Amino acid sequence: MRTAVTGKQTACYHCGENCQEGKITSDGKYFCCEGCKMVYQLLNQNGLCEYYDLNGQPGASQRITVRKDKFSFLEVEDIQRQLISFKDDKQTNITFYLPQIHCSSCLYLLENLHKLHAGVISGVVNFTRKEVAIVFDHNKISLRKVAELLTSIGYEPYISLNNLGLKKTPLDRQMIYRLGIAGFCFANIMLTSFPEYLGLEGAERSLQGIFRTLNFILALPVFFYSAFPFFSSGWKALKHKHLNIDAPIALAILITYSRSVYEVLSGTGGGYFDSMSGIVFFMLVGRVFQDKTYQQLSFERDFTSYFPVAVSVLKDDKEIPTALPDIKVGDTLVIHNEELIPADGILTRGKGFIDYSFVTGESVPVTKEMGEIVYAGGKQTGSVMEILVVKEVAQSYLAKLWSDNDLKKREEKNGSFVQLLSRWFTFIVFGIATIAAVYWSVFDSSKVWNAITAVLIVACPCALLLSNTFTNGVILRILGRNKFYLRNAQVIEEMAKIDHIVFDKTGTLAAAHDQEIAYFGKPLSNRQLLQIATLAANSNHPLSKALVNHIGRKGKMPVNNFIEITGMGIEGQVGDHFIKLGAYTYVTGKADQPEGTAVYVCYDQALQGCFQFSNQFRESVPELVKSLKPKYGLSVLSGDNEGGKTKLERLLGYDSVILFNQRPEDKLHYIQSLQIHGKKVMMVGDGLNDAGALIQSNVGIAVTEDCNNFTPASDAIIDAGQLSRIPVFIRLCKVNKRIVLVSFILSIAYNIIGISFSVQGDLSPLIAAILMPASSLSILLVTFGSGNIAARLLKC
Amino acid sequence: MSAIVILLIASISVSAIFLAAFIWSVRSGQYDDDFSPPQRILFDNQTNTPLSDNNSKQKAEL
Repeated sequence: MRTAVTGKQTACYHCGENCQEGKITSDGKYFCCEGCKMVYQLLNQNGLCEYYDLNGQPGASQRITVRKDKFSFLEVEDIQRQLISFKDDKQTNITFYLPQIHCSSCLYLLENLHKLHAGVISGVVNFTRKEVAIVFDHNKISLRKVAELLTSIGYEPYISLNNLGLKKTPLDRQMIYRLGIAGFCFANIMLTSFPEYLGLEGAERSLQGIFRTLNFILALPVFFYSAFPFFSSGWKALKHKHLNIDAPIALAILITYSRSVYEVLSGTGGGYFDSMSGIVFFMLVGRVFQDKTYQQLSFERDFTSYFPVAVSVLKDDKEIPTALPDIKVGDTLVIHNEELIPADGILTRGKGFIDYSFVTGESVPVTKEMGEIVYAGGKQTGSVMEILVVKEVAQSYLAKLWSDNDLKKREEKNGSFVQLLSRWFTFIVFGIATIAAVYWSVFDSSKVWNAITAVLIVACPCALLLSNTFTNGVILRILGRNKFYLRNAQVIEEMAKIDHIVFDKTGTLAAAHDQEIAYFGKPLSNRQLLQIATLAANSNHPLSKALVNHIGRKGKMPVNNFIEITGMGIEGQVGDHFIKLGAYTYVTGKADQPEGTAVYVCYDQALQGCFQFSNQFRESVPELVKSLKPKYGLSVLSGDNEGGKTKLERLLGYDSVILFNQRPEDKLHYIQSLQIHGKKVMMVGDGLNDAGALIQSNVGIAVTEDCNNFTPASDAIIDAGQLSRIPVFIRLCKVNKRIVLVSFILSIAYNIIGISFSVQGDLSPLIAAILMPASSLSILLVTFGSGNIAARLLKC
Repeated sequence: MSAIVILLIASISVSAIFLAAFIWSVRSGQYDDDFSPPQRILFDNQTNTPLSDNNSKQKAEL
C-alpha cells in the first residue's frame, strides 16, 4: 500500500529496494536511503566494491537506523567475558551470528573486514550457521567497535540473552566419524570375506584363520563405536517400556555379532560380520543424510533467544548497560525505539506505543500512558520511554507464558504406522524362529541354534527401517528445498492424517505489518488529504504514521494549536481549517464506538468519514483457502479485534469458524475441543500467542518471514511465501506412506527368500552377503526414485 | 601364501591412510560448511588467508 511517487522507479544499488531515481545518488548510482549510500561509500573508499560485482544488490536495507549506543553493553566486562570465545594479550576471538548472511557477496565482505579496520585480523564465515568468527586486536579496536563496524556495513550482529553464559556447543561430528569408520570396516570386511564366499581349498586353509581374525578385529569398532546410537536409543525405549524403531535393529545387530563371534572363536564358520557392518553403515548413511537438512534450524528455541542480552538501566541520570539477568525489581529501564521490553513494569516517563503483535496477535500497537503497567515481550515503537521494573525477567508474563507451555510435555505421539508394521514384523519373525526351532529340535537338534539365529539375522527389520528412514529423508529434503522444514520424520505421518486446519490471523494469513487503509465517507479533495497528512505528521502514533505513509506526502503548512490526547486522537489548525483525527468517540463526541480499527476525520466541525485500517491478507490466501476448503475443516483464531471480520468471512465462507479476541489459552482450548471430537488438527501460527496451540495440535506449523528468525516451538517451520503450497505438501506426505509400503513389500520378498534358506539351517555367508546389500540398495533406489518422481508430479 | 598376506596388509594400510585422512578432514571442519570454501577460492587478491594456522589453533583452544 505505497502510494506512487513521481519520478522513475529504480532499484537501490545496495539493497535492491524500490527507490526514486535521482533522489539519493553517489557515483551515478541510485540508493533508496542515506544508510545504503553510506555503506556503498564506505566500501568504495576501501576498494571493496567487488561486493557489488559478485551478486546484484546484495545488501540489506538500511532504512531503519540502529541506535547509536545500542552496543554500549559490549563494553561491560562481565558481558564481554561471556560472549568471547578466546582472549590473550594480543588478540580476541568472537563469533557473531549475522542473520543477514545470504550470498557470496556477504562472504567476501565479511572476510575482508581487515581492509576496513586495521584492528581486525581476520574474519571467517560459516555459511550454514550464518556466523562469522572474528579475530581482532583489542589494543587497536574494542569489541563494541567491531560490532559497530559490522553494523555500519549492514550486518548487525544478533546478540540475544541466549548467547549469555552459554558456551557454544561444538558441532556434533560424531555421526560422521561413526559413518566413516563403519564404511571403512564394511569395505574391508567385504574384501576379506571373499575367500570365505568362494571357499578355500587344501593348502590355503591356513589362510582362513588370518582372514577370520582380521574380520573379527575390523568388526570391533563397528559394533562398539559405530552402532552405539542404535543401542543407546533402543535401550532407552525399552527402559520406558515401549518398542521404538531402534530396538529391533539393535537386537539384530547384537544377535548377528554374537553368533559371528561364536562361529569364529569356535572355528565353525566365518560369521556374518560383513552383513552386520553393512546394516550399520547403511543405517548411518540414512541418519547423517537426515541430520544434514536440519543443521541450521532450531525447533526448540525459548524466550531467551528472543530477549536482548542487555538493556539500559537508569542510574543517577546515566544510562548504564546491564546484562538482563542482573536486572532487579525497582530498577528503571530505558527502552528505546524498536527495543523489546524485557520485564514487566510501570511506565514512568514517556509514552508507550507498544507492538504486542508477537505476544498477543494484536496488529495495532497499544498506547500506554504514564503509570500504566507494560508487559514484557512488547516492542516499543516511537519515542524513548522509561519503565520501573516490578517483576524480574524470569517471572515476567512472557516467560510465564513460555514455561506454562513447556510444562505440558509433548506426549509421545504413538501408534505410528511404521511402528505398527515393525511390531507385527517382529512378532512374525519371532514366530517363524520358534517354529523353526521346534521343528529342528525334533529332527536334528544340532541345527536349532543355527536356524534361530539365521532367521533373526536375515529377517532383521533393517530393510523396513531403511525404507522408512530413506523415504522420510527424501521427503524431508524435498520439503526443505521448498522452505518447509519438519522437525522430524514423525511429522510426515501426522501431516498425512490431518483433517482440520486452524489458522492464526495476524502474521499468518495477514502479514504482521502490512496494513491496508481504505477511506469511507464523503470524498476528500487532494488539498484536504494533504492537510490531514500534515496534521498527522505531528503525531508519533503508529496509526498517524501509517496514515501519512498512506497519503504519501505532507504539506509544509504550519500546524497551530496542536493537541494530542493519548488513546483518543489529535486535533489542530492547519492553515485556515480545523481538523480532528481519531477515535469515533473523540471526533464525534458520541459514546458508541464501532468495531474495528479506524481513524475518523472531522473537517471544520463536520464529520467527513473514516480511514479503515485492516490487515492485508497475503496474496496467496484466497488460493490456499480454495484448495483446502473441500477437504479440510478450516478455522481462524485471531488475537485481534473484529476489524477484518467481514473480509475474512467472505474469504473463508460462512461455514468456517472465525473467532476473535482469542487469548493464548483460548486458542489452546479450542484445539483441545476439536481433538476431543476426534479431529486431527493442524495449527498454523506465528507468534508466541500461538505457542500453546502449536504444541497442543497434532501438527503445529510456525510461519516466519525469515527462516532464521525466532519462531515458537513447533513441529514445522514454513516460509511465509510458501503458505499457499500447504495442500501440496500434505499430499506429498500422503505419498510418503505409499512409498514406504511399496518398499516394505519389496523387503518382505527378500526376507522370504532369506528365511527359506535360514529355516533349513544352512544360511551360507555368501547368500547373506548378497541378500543384505542387494535388498538395501534396491530399497534405496526405489525410495529415492519414487520420492523424487512424486515431487516432480506435484511440482515441488 | 605370504604374497597374499603382504597384499592384505598393504591394502588395509592404504585404506587406513584414507580413513585417517577422512577423520582429519572432518576434524578440521571441512564438512561443517560446504558453501564458503568453493566461493572463497574465487575471490581475488586475498592477502591474509583466513583459513590459516591461527584459525585451527583457535579451534583447538576452544
